[in-house]
Amino acid sequence: MKTRRIDNYGKINRDKILSFRWDKKNYTGFEGDTLASALLANKIGIVGRSFKYHRPRGIFSSGVEESGALVTIGSKDRRDPNVRATTQELYNGLEASGQNAFPNVNFDLAGINNYLGRFFAAGFYYKTFMGIPPLEWGKGTAIWMFFEKFIRKAAGMGSASGLPDPDTYEHAHDFCDLIVVGSGPSGVAAAIEAAEKKLDVILVEQDSLIGGNQLAENDFDNSQIKNQLENLGIKIMTRTTAFGLYDNCVVGLLERVTDHISAPNLNIPRQRFWTIRAKHIIVGAGAIERHIAFNNNDIPGVMTVNASKHYLNRYGVLTGKRIAIATNNDSVYETAHQLSEAGADITVLDSRSNFEIETNKNFEIRKGYVPYNINGSKKIHSLDVSKSENMNKYETINCDQVLLSGGWSPAVHLLSHRGVRPKWDYSNACFLPSDSKENITMVGSSRGLWNKNDCIASGIAGTTDALNRLGISKTNYFFPKPGGWKNPIQPLYEVKYKKSRSKSFVDYQHDVTTDDVRLAHREGFISVEHLKRYTTLGMANDQGKMGNIIGLSLMAELLNKEIPEVGTTVFRPPYTPVPIGALSGRNVGKHFRPLRVTPMHQWNIDHGAKMIEVGLYQRPWYYPKENETLSDSYIREASTVRKTVGICDVTSLGKIAIQGPDSTEFLNRIYSNGFSKLQVGKARYGIMLRDDGIVMDDGTSWRLAENEYFMTTSTGEAAKVMSWLEELLQTRWTDLNVNVTSVSEQWAGVSVAGPKSREVLNNCVDDSLVVNNNNLPFMGVTSTFLKGNIPCRIARISFSGELAFEVYVKSDFANTMMDLLWANAKKYDGCLYGLEALGALRVEKGHVTAAELDGRVTIDDAGLSKMASTKKSYIGSAMRKRGVLKNNDREILVGFFPSNLKETFNAGTIVCEKNNIKGQGIGRITSVTYSPELGHWIGLGFVKGGLDKWKDIILVGADPVRNKQMNLKVVSPHMIDPKGERMYA
Amino acid sequence: MIRINCPYCGERDHSEFSYGGDATINYPSLDASEKEWTEAIFFRKNIKGFQFETWHHSNGCRMWLVVERSTVTHEIKSVKPCHPDLQKVVENNK
Ligand SMILES: [Zn+2]
Repeated sequence: MKTRRIDNYGKINRDKILSFRWDKKNYTGFEGDTLASALLANKIGIVGRSFKYHRPRGIFSSGVEESGALVTIGSKDRRDPNVRATTQELYNGLEASGQNAFPNVNFDLAGINNYLGRFFAAGFYYKTFMGIPPLEWGKGTAIWMFFEKFIRKAAGMGSASGLPDPDTYEHAHDFCDLIVVGSGPSGVAAAIEAAEKKLDVILVEQDSLIGGNQLAENDFDNSQIKNQLENLGIKIMTRTTAFGLYDNCVVGLLERVTDHISAPNLNIPRQRFWTIRAKHIIVGAGAIERHIAFNNNDIPGVMTVNASKHYLNRYGVLTGKRIAIATNNDSVYETAHQLSEAGADITVLDSRSNFEIETNKNFEIRKGYVPYNINGSKKIHSLDVSKSENMNKYETINCDQVLLSGGWSPAVHLLSHRGVRPKWDYSNACFLPSDSKENITMVGSSRGLWNKNDCIASGIAGTTDALNRLGISKTNYFFPKPGGWKNPIQPLYEVKYKKSRSKSFVDYQHDVTTDDVRLAHREGFISVEHLKRYTTLGMANDQGKMGNIIGLSLMAELLNKEIPEVGTTVFRPPYTPVPIGALSGRNVGKHFRPLRVTPMHQWNIDHGAKMIEVGLYQRPWYYPKENETLSDSYIREASTVRKTVGICDVTSLGKIAIQGPDSTEFLNRIYSNGFSKLQVGKARYGIMLRDDGIVMDDGTSWRLAENEYFMTTSTGEAAKVMSWLEELLQTRWTDLNVNVTSVSEQWAGVSVAGPKSREVLNNCVDDSLVVNNNNLPFMGVTSTFLKGNIPCRIARISFSGELAFEVYVKSDFANTMMDLLWANAKKYDGCLYGLEALGALRVEKGHVTAAELDGRVTIDDAGLSKMASTKKSYIGSAMRKRGVLKNNDREILVGFFPSNLKETFNAGTIVCEKNNIKGQGIGRITSVTYSPELGHWIGLGFVKGGLDKWKDIILVGADPVRNKQMNLKVVSPHMIDPKGERMYA
Repeated sequence: MIRINCPYCGERDHSEFSYGGDATINYPSLDASEKEWTEAIFFRKNIKGFQFETWHHSNGCRMWLVVERSTVTHEIKSVKPCHPDLQKVVENNK
């Protein structure tokens, strides 16, 4: 027999042959295969090496619970590690390889670890590298740091490609009345019942086909069911996993759109990440068959009984010729019968001594027998079995496969996501779901029902429950009782190995053995949560779907308790792994976050601007001429502003319209300085504090009319200030008649600054009188027209310290305004200037920005005590002098010069006293620039005690990150034109 | 995902909203003492169960809402506008 495929079995399409590569060799399979079924058909037994011991591992299951057959699919930038071969559909040209082995899974050099097993027991790494007394602190950690990279290389799974993901992913949303998870008999019955009762239903199935475990039946055909569901208008989502349940009946789904296609259309996303908002959730997620812990229970050829039934009836693969089946329950007999019909020699070992089961006696049943030890390493040669009562004697059965069934665990994971703890059911030896107060109902074998008719009945009952909870009906219903086997299950979790060191695996994927659990117990890790972390049991990406219960039972035995007393681990989303790509969806690269541009963005670029990101905004950074560097350019721009005139896009400032009869009172409460006497036609600079007295933001407010103001905020705090004003008006000062509206997008703004700025504006406005010194004095505001009948607002505001104006037009006129201003500025040898020059100009003037107002600074710290009114109360006034805020050694805003004016420094430099250079020092430098006006580097920052204390004392600027140190001189922050004569010009 | 039934917009994901804070605080007058303000700003009960809290429908209608939410289960009992006049309007329109 060249392959394990047998005729007349399976639902694969034998007319469609698919070729694929496994570990660089060519094979074929059929349409409808999974990678696992195709590998089994091709007699490939070893598909990976285990996590710690590098033991050969085969395929244990036929579904999502797989903890052995984790493989890498694809190559180069499409290399996808840790894919379960059991759920990967085969396609033409699929490329797959085994993991955690060098050079390959059949001959792995690190297999030596298997013989060094005792060094790799639970907690080995912790004990050896992290806390060897007396090295618990210091050296142990250093040793770990040194060895970590080698250990991580030897222990582990597949590796990611390390290249950018070439595929696209999509986020999608939907709503429904009822979402049903699972398309087995119970889920389908629930969906049909609900659709007939006019509910809007989504049915989710992780498999490519609907049917659930019925797909393992030899006579099952889902086409009729599919038609019925579709005719009822049910939305069927296959290849879609409900990976998590969240508050308010929100369900997270992962739809694998193209993972089964050999050359997918690149316009289609690879996967979709769905957020479904349902009114009710029905979970019919089925149950998962457990294995049994005994020595060498991981040798390739070990599999669950139900898996071999799937491979036989769905894929036409007979997984063994001489098969031993070990069980403690009735569920295996139908499979045993079918395997024997298909031509295998079957021996059933049933741990129970007294039970009756109907079979055709084609195979031997050994009552009261358990598996003791598998002989073989890369494949099974024989199985030692023993009488359950007498473990000292065993006999050997020749076989090439061992199928296990240690009972079934209902898939309660999704309910567990909602914090509902399952309860232990003694008669069925499994955890059953408890009732949920939320609109979630468990049906089918995920509530412990083992036969089909009960499952169907539970589906209908589940929908009735949903209808009642949604207030649509009031109908009595009952769920069938859990169970359904003729003979009771007899708990069997472990068959103890008599020789000292055993390899009885509890968790295959993380190589956790029964000895590890006992070691954890000896060392005091007896709580389930500690056990889990110390041994890593159940912490692999299968979350211990097969082995968790075995671990719990071992701990229960050690503690002399029952399983429910030991507890259960809480399952958390995701049920099966969700790729990072699906989580990020289209929010990658340029779409990682929204991009904001000003209305003159393109104009700026067309005029040579290099852009910089400020928050979400793209702002002009500098406008280099020919070969200018950043510093050449900004120094030229800043000098030009001081000499003639410059134009700067300031649209990104927040802009808020404040209207209503109580507007003045409102501003007077939110600003620290007085606003009650601001005349119409004037603007004022203002500072807002938080409730706790710290500076929140600064900006200007322009009084346009008696009851109307135009407020500007800093770029970074615009959204926060807007929400804050709304909060105050809607929650605290509900008697104030004020309306606030964000108009940031509606207005485009520029600053025109420099001694020639008035002349430039003169040429640009319709009526040149409006901008003369009388009509528009310092802080004056006017609403007027630019040439071409463009309405505008102009305020004489200066950030640069020069004679300067801010001009705002409606956003649609932004380009026209720029053309007009620029044409006239050029006549005076003016320039366009960017954020870097703006920064240089404001640092020279000692004006603070977000770099200084960092949420820790008071109004006094910022040297703006004058701005704190003593004549009124305002937000923060009660708290701004509280406790530590009134200490006299607080860090106060100052200017810094390097003592040697040829030296430079950087923002972030720590300011220290000369003989005490350490820690946080006594201050910090927050902003630096080259000052074109002064001809050397200058900085703004903070120092304890401020200028008065350090006036003539040399301090040290320590910059350990850049390995720099320089002497500093503390100066007034107002480094040029301290009296502001230029602004008033 | 918490879903909040905004009185103006209907039921929306919590990602459209920003959390505010304790909705039961009576902020003192601006000229109140430092002590009163300290109480109002820094002292909070750590409630297990239902509490009233403010949420801002910042990516929606921009209204500030009082949400009665369980800190244990996220269950939401009621959602009202913060502004008392608007509360009345919403109530009358029911
Ligand atoms: Zn809203």
